[in-house]
Amino acid sequence: MNGQSLNWAAIDADPRFRELHAKKSSFLWGLMIFSVIYYFLLPIGAAYFTDLFKIKLWGVINFGLIFAMSEFIVAWVIAFFYAKKAGEFDAMAEAINQQAQHIGGKR
Amino acid sequence: MNVLMKLWPAPVGLVLALASSSALAQGAAAGAVTDKYRWLTFAVFGAIIALTMYITYRAAKRTKTAADFYAAGGGMTGIQNGWAIAGDYLSAASFLGIAGLISLNGYDGFMYSVGWLVAYITVLLIIAEPCRNIGKYTLGDILAFRNNPKTVKTFMAISTITVSTFYLTAQMVGGGVLVKTLIGIDYEISVVVVGILMLAYVVFGGMVATSYVQIVKAILLVIASLVMVVLVWSQYGFSLPAFLQAAVSDPSIQGRVANLLGDAARNMTPEQLGQRFLEPGLLFKDPIDQISLGMALVLGTAGLPHILMRFFTVPTAQAARKSVIWAMAIIGGFYILTLFLGVGAAMKLGPSNIAAVDKGGNMAAPLLAQYLGGGADSMLGNLMLAFVAAVAFATIVAVVAGLVLAAASAMSHDIWVGVIKGEHATSEQEVRAARICSVIVGVIAITIGILAKGQNVAHLVALAFAVAASANLPVVLLTLYWKRCNTAGVVAGLVVGTLSAIALVLVSPNMTYPKPLKAAAQKVVDAAPTRIAKLEADVAAAPDPAAKATVEKAVAGAKKDLAGAQDTLKKFANDNTSIVGLEAPLFTLKNPGIISIPLGFLAVFLFSLFYRDERAASMWDELYVRSNTGLGRAAAAAH
Repeated sequence: MNGQSLNWAAIDADPRFRELHAKKSSFLWGLMIFSVIYYFLLPIGAAYFTDLFKIKLWGVINFGLIFAMSEFIVAWVIAFFYAKKAGEFDAMAEAINQQAQHIGGKR
Repeated sequence: MNVLMKLWPAPVGLVLALASSSALAQGAAAGAVTDKYRWLTFAVFGAIIALTMYITYRAAKRTKTAADFYAAGGGMTGIQNGWAIAGDYLSAASFLGIAGLISLNGYDGFMYSVGWLVAYITVLLIIAEPCRNIGKYTLGDILAFRNNPKTVKTFMAISTITVSTFYLTAQMVGGGVLVKTLIGIDYEISVVVVGILMLAYVVFGGMVATSYVQIVKAILLVIASLVMVVLVWSQYGFSLPAFLQAAVSDPSIQGRVANLLGDAARNMTPEQLGQRFLEPGLLFKDPIDQISLGMALVLGTAGLPHILMRFFTVPTAQAARKSVIWAMAIIGGFYILTLFLGVGAAMKLGPSNIAAVDKGGNMAAPLLAQYLGGGADSMLGNLMLAFVAAVAFATIVAVVAGLVLAAASAMSHDIWVGVIKGEHATSEQEVRAARICSVIVGVIAITIGILAKGQNVAHLVALAFAVAASANLPVVLLTLYWKRCNTAGVVAGLVVGTLSAIALVLVSPNMTYPKPLKAAAQKVVDAAPTRIAKLEADVAAAPDPAAKATVEKAVAGAKKDLAGAQDTLKKFANDNTSIVGLEAPLFTLKNPGIISIPLGFLAVFLFSLFYRDERAASMWDELYVRSNTGLGRAAAAAH
């Protein structure tokens, strides 16, 4: 698709695009902030909460090891969760793309 | 272009493969592989090199346009690109380095691997899809969308080349040392062989060949690791607690922990020492430095040109997303495997033996392969060692190829076509320029690799990530997401981010400071005569041959220490300061990210606010709509 003839300002102002923008932004940045906080808990915990990290939970396996492994699980869950949610955003974007030529008239 | 194609008839690949494998044989000296089985190593190396050459030959036929050369024609699928990203990212540093760190330091080595995966959440959530929708071939394309194209392309190209060169130097030097340790060929020869092979992939096959070589290498890497993990873990019935319990009860691991802890270990039972291996704090002492490194990883990966470039090889944002998810699955799974490789190597070989072959532990995985196959005297053991060594070699070549391609693209697409020719170049001219630039970057890489022989380059990878996080990521992120961002902000962010990261590393403990080194060496030299005399008296007084042998070993060790200390004193005889003239570090952290990343962002904010840029403001609507919807996307294949 050649985008040269589209009225970008009008699409940007279109309520459907605004809705996509609002939903996507809050979802993505929320997830991003959560994952950054969860990640930095690992080095912070390893340095300042060593007693907690040393508690044995499963044989010789301690809280620290479980927590480090949970980082992998959480990263994968975030990826999976986003992949599912992104289908929704794709559909909203596709609906806008279908109408793009007509939004705000041709420039 | 046509001339190059004629230079590439089918037999060339085979000849090149044989030539490089016999070049390897020529320079052979002592390595981890025993002489008797060296032919096996070269056979495996030759087979893998021949395979990649065949891929390159096929790819060369498909590489006709600029879009083919830079972005594989935009025709990769999400899964292919996911494997290729994993291939780009799983460098020898993470394959051999992290397994080694775990084998020597336990928990901290595993903790270190986490940040490398979490980094991809940033890529997935906020970078990959907008990059695909806005960009074409390079990071400069993304910035040029709304900023002054010539200005931002110039600065972005410089930053791309800087980051890639740091990373490249670390790979070349690390690779040279690695190949020397593995199979004993000379350092210079290994650097040249790596360089020539890598240039063959890039120059003839461009992004197509580079991508497929990455995919093949990533698959081989995962297979090799899986086989080793199955072999080592099956001995414990695939039970995680049983496996780690065995590590805790292992005397060689307990000894290693006692060594690391020194006086603090005096009152600990063997079982406590073993358990300590699974607890944090054996390697990392400074949490702020750890957090600083974490910031550089989490934000830097999303600013690495050779990684971001991979998103231009897929047709849509959906495929870009899919490729990151695949990459995360592969990379994360791989790091879980390294936990088993590292702990397994520590148990089966003993940390002190691993450290004896290579101080950083880089040989842990290859030596474990040899052990699992039946040991140093067995055919299968040496075959497995050869396979792992060949995969490690392919890893270095492939990662270097990706880096050279990124740097060469910035030179040819951003600087030559974008700035010098004012975007007026035919596809054929551009491909020729890109090939010439690849050769230039490749020759520079080989030269730097040889010149940097024996230098400590480990901090260069951290520096590459720090520059990417402090300069590239802020300008790309804010161009894509912040309405007020403009040319002045982008230029300021790139300059401030790059220079502050480099400056902080130059005054950090990463540099060599002769004064404390000499003081320590002097101490050893002063104490040596008494120490050696005492040990020699012990030899004379030894009650039986076994005790005598132990003490004689200690004497040899003491003499080696003395010789090392004397070398240090001689080396720095007339030298009291680091390369920037400091006697001691000004900045106490090894990782500059915690300071330089905020500085980079601040520079973009301030300069964007102080300057007015009509184009950046007027293009915002278009950029933002395109970035979110994929409307009007530059389809690489259509050019």
